Amino acid sequence: MIAELGHLLAFLALAAAASQSIFGLTTGGEPARRLAVATGMFTALSMLTLIISFVRLDFSVALVANNSHSLKPIIYRIAAAWGNHEGSMLLWCLIMSGYGAVAALFMRGGPLRDKALGVQGLLTTASLLYLLFVSSPFLRLAEPPFDGRGMNPLLQDPAVAFHPPALYLGYVGMSFVFSLAAAGLINGKIDREWAARVRPWALTAWSALTIGITLGAIWAYYELGWGGWWFWDPVENASFMPWLVGAALVHSLIVTEKRGGMAAWTVFLSVLAFCLSLLGTFLVRSGATTSVHAFAVDPKRGLVLLAGLALTGIAAIALYAWRAPKLKAGPEYDPVSREGALVLNNLFLSVGAALVLVGTVTPMFAQALNVSLSIGEPYFLLTFAPMMAILLLFMPLAPASTWQRTELSPLLKQFWLAGAISAAAFLAILVWRGNFWQAVGVMVGSWVVLGTLQDLARRAGAGGIGRIFRLPLNVWGMAIAHIGIGLFAIGAVTEAAARETRTFPLAAGQSAQFEGWTFRFDGTHQAEGPNYEATRGDIFVTHADGSTETIHPEKRFYQVAETATTEVAIRKTMGGDMYVNLGDTIREQPGVWRIQITHHPLIDFVFGGAGLIAVGGFFALAGRIRRKVQVTETETPPATAPEPAAAPAGAPA
Amino acid sequence: MRKRSQRLWVIGAAAALLIVAVPLAAIGLKGAANFFYSPSDVVEQNAAVDGKNARIGGLVEHNTVTHDANGVLHFSITDTKNSIPVVFDQIPPDLFRECQGVIAEGKFDAQGRLVAKRVLAKHDENYMPPELYEKMKAAAGDGGMMKCQTEASQTKPGAAG
Repeated sequence: MIAELGHLLAFLALAAAASQSIFGLTTGGEPARRLAVATGMFTALSMLTLIISFVRLDFSVALVANNSHSLKPIIYRIAAAWGNHEGSMLLWCLIMSGYGAVAALFMRGGPLRDKALGVQGLLTTASLLYLLFVSSPFLRLAEPPFDGRGMNPLLQDPAVAFHPPALYLGYVGMSFVFSLAAAGLINGKIDREWAARVRPWALTAWSALTIGITLGAIWAYYELGWGGWWFWDPVENASFMPWLVGAALVHSLIVTEKRGGMAAWTVFLSVLAFCLSLLGTFLVRSGATTSVHAFAVDPKRGLVLLAGLALTGIAAIALYAWRAPKLKAGPEYDPVSREGALVLNNLFLSVGAALVLVGTVTPMFAQALNVSLSIGEPYFLLTFAPMMAILLLFMPLAPASTWQRTELSPLLKQFWLAGAISAAAFLAILVWRGNFWQAVGVMVGSWVVLGTLQDLARRAGAGGIGRIFRLPLNVWGMAIAHIGIGLFAIGAVTEAAARETRTFPLAAGQSAQFEGWTFRFDGTHQAEGPNYEATRGDIFVTHADGSTETIHPEKRFYQVAETATTEVAIRKTMGGDMYVNLGDTIREQPGVWRIQITHHPLIDFVFGGAGLIAVGGFFALAGRIRRKVQVTETETPPATAPEPAAAPAGAPA
Repeated sequence: MRKRSQRLWVIGAAAALLIVAVPLAAIGLKGAANFFYSPSDVVEQNAAVDGKNARIGGLVEHNTVTHDANGVLHFSITDTKNSIPVVFDQIPPDLFRECQGVIAEGKFDAQGRLVAKRVLAKHDENYMPPELYEKMKAAAGDGGMMKCQTEASQTKPGAAG
């Protein structure tokens, strides 16, 4: 019964979403608000019934039979609910209607909220129609199998279990930013107040997207066994393009909010971010591009998605063409000013996104012309990386400059220490490692980290360290996110340039030396997991400092899926990770295992830096919510609220 | 600063950026076009030149997976018409096995072998990249993959990898 109930609830959600869009776009007010909450509730309950089907292992539901198994641990049974196409589409609908419901509950009433709920209702209606008529998760099997077919064992992992919800929170969250932009255009009111009200939503979606992408990268790093965390694969780029545009958006929103400038561009980015999310979904689900990541792929569904993308894009462009010329330009400014710096930020991020887009979709068009093209790392390192390096050079300057007009030479002098240290780092790495690009990466990364710290110190001023902690949350958010970017850059180039890997064929009792560590292979033993059998290696390790331990990298074999997976052993050191992979056996030499040991220097800077970007985003969001609460208490509309005195240059990242 | 000159410098900055970005993208794409080969492409175009970077896609040829005395992995990638020997000094992915579609990236050595820096297999065992499929079909007709699997099942080799 439960699947039928879920099916019914999804239909109720569809009805509620359709009514939500009608009321939202016409009369607005209380009916639209209540319907938006209802849409969210019905979708949430529908998702709940699907999760219950998965937890109870109801194999009469086709989706459960195809994607779960009785031996699967409970947490992965829950995750299996969205670890497949149909379930993830329901998650998509849930998050889309969830944003609408949260907005209905917490946004101040008025034309912006009404129209945004209306547009969000339209998007939710379209998504639910797709769910119910093209990829229903509630279909029954006439003859339920005795047991399920299991899920891809690579996905049985905590990081990847929560990767889709976080990713969708970001990806689909851009839909509400889209709705707010459309609402602003319909109302003909894209001003400072509009930007102030859009910003928390953009920050939420963008920060969640950051977390989702990071979780995916971490998973790829330790689960796929070769220690790569980013492959410039179409599926990865699909989430990276909305991220880049989202990053541009959270910066251009600052200009619109504080100065009323760049309004048309900000709206354009708001629309573009969601269109790129849709394009990404199409790329991932249609099988139009070649990816190393496996997805349930169906060209027919791809066509429906493409039609949806085209429809959304055309409607948005029409709306934009109708209203954008009437948008007012903001006050004038000098090229050397904070506006100027943020314009540069937006130019580089958009061109970066365009280069990623070209690299991602070109193979698809080439294939239509019968040319096989495979675009990988070399293209992106040549085109995208230099853009980002230049962007990072400007990064600490923007928050330190003033609106409208800044004197360049005092601005630059203020960063003498950061500049000197990062220039020294450049020379040191160039001489010591002889790698130009690594030197550039470390230089710009340390420039951003140190420059941001110097800027924080300047803001604290004579008040000393104590004042730093009284700086507004949005300044902290900016600083944390920028430091995160800097650390990420240092980590990413160092890891790529200085990674060392060796493969040792070892019989039991033999030892290998690597980077000052000694690894003695003591053979393997068998172990039993809940739904797999494992061959675990016993490797006695003597660290560089003389301490010892035994580590157990393993190979797992999942009987149901007839698939092997690798569980590497990772040990943290000061400078990075020691990554040990129990490889394969050698047919000609029984008892010998090939063990691959890799040193990943500064890998924590990569994931930690990316994590800090998200933390920074949430700090800026918290600052915004706190300010809003204070404003409500004093009954002052936010756009006209005076800047807190402690934030003369309050520019959250 | 006047409104017009303000607009001018934004457009100027954007144009300058594009003047750099467009040729970069063109160079990058041109590089990619000379990068992906099927084994038959390599043979027909005499692409196995010492020091040349390439990415080769195809099936792991039946009965070619061996390790040498130093434990280095040797195998051939085939499109059932031609095959290219590959040397790989790392651990292959879990789904690496005979007749599985793989992609190897690396450099050719003087003996015409691809010394791979990276070998990729799809996460999904039943999957073959469409461009690979097209190339295989061009080389051996529709039954290419099946032919490999039939040969493999007839001789029942020990599991490799």
